[in-house]
Amino acid sequence: MKRSFIPLAIFAVLVVFLWIGLTLNPREIPSPLLNKPAPAFKLTQLHEPSKMIAPEHLRGKVWLLNVWASWCVTCLQEHPLLVEMARQNIVPIYGLNYKDQREAGMAWLRQHGNPYILSAHDLDGRVGIDYGVYGVPETFVIDKTGIIRHKVIGAITPEIVEKTLLPLIKELNNG
Amino acid sequence: MAKNLFLATLLMLLFPLAHAGEAIPTSDDPVLEKRVLEVSENLRCLVCQNQTIADSNAELAVDLRNQVREKLKAGQSEDEIMKYMVARYGDFVLFNPQVKSSTWLLWFGPLLMLAGGGWILIISLRNRRKLQQQTSVLSAEEHVQAASLLAEKNDGQKNIKDAS
Repeated sequence: MKRSFIPLAIFAVLVVFLWIGLTLNPREIPSPLLNKPAPAFKLTQLHEPSKMIAPEHLRGKVWLLNVWASWCVTCLQEHPLLVEMARQNIVPIYGLNYKDQREAGMAWLRQHGNPYILSAHDLDGRVGIDYGVYGVPETFVIDKTGIIRHKVIGAITPEIVEKTLLPLIKELNNG
Repeated sequence: MAKNLFLATLLMLLFPLAHAGEAIPTSDDPVLEKRVLEVSENLRCLVCQNQTIADSNAELAVDLRNQVREKLKAGQSEDEIMKYMVARYGDFVLFNPQVKSSTWLLWFGPLLMLAGGGWILIISLRNRRKLQQQTSVLSAEEHVQAASLLAEKNDGQKNIKDAS
């Protein structure tokens, strides 16, 4: 009688493992850059090709780096949230215009609103690789000392903003 | 019908051609391209995760292959390139996971399962043999009983034969 429970127990363990497996998102790969300094770069500004932008200029403030592109469909989904965050002045948002044509990127911002203080133009995606970008959009939270504190892969949602980004930004600003 | 079949066959025949055309080397140096491919085969494409960046034609995979090419051209070793990739994309980018404390279960788990299975097999075989030995031995009383049963059966058959 006791023996017949063994296969059942094994089955139950398997079910638990598979169940957990179902809730995991294989597309979310933990970034090795978390709690490391944001990689340095020097890119031209999207709107002013003669001017450069570099993350070390942003030392001393908490800021978001949002990787976006005009060809990116999911970016459109999160865009209103970014625009709203910018309108409320919650945190300075900078854009990394990833593998995009300058004109297309600028037109996209004209059409959908521009939440970015500045966007860097990463035409060949080299800076994207340095940041471990593999699925646009991605959003990095960078603290006052230039350390990456959080990374959102894929579109941000109202839930992510409420539960993760806002508390983290508040905490980092106070720290 | 015959036309469809012809078309299907044609398409099937053409498929390898189309496939072969996909991975066009972008450098004229065949030795370098071979090295690029060798290194790329050990790197996972993060967009289509079951492919290496050598197999994948996702844009990111193409970019990463270009990075590998550039770094090889600059004289970097495979080890250095792997480190560069891991620093950006984490261990996940390695198609063959490294052997370290967090991957022991991954590497040696199957062996553990095999050992466990073998152990269960041995135990159950031993139990079965014990059971067989126990049941095959009859007590003296049972022997007598069996003999009488067999005798009865033989008698019965004899009687039937006699009657016919």
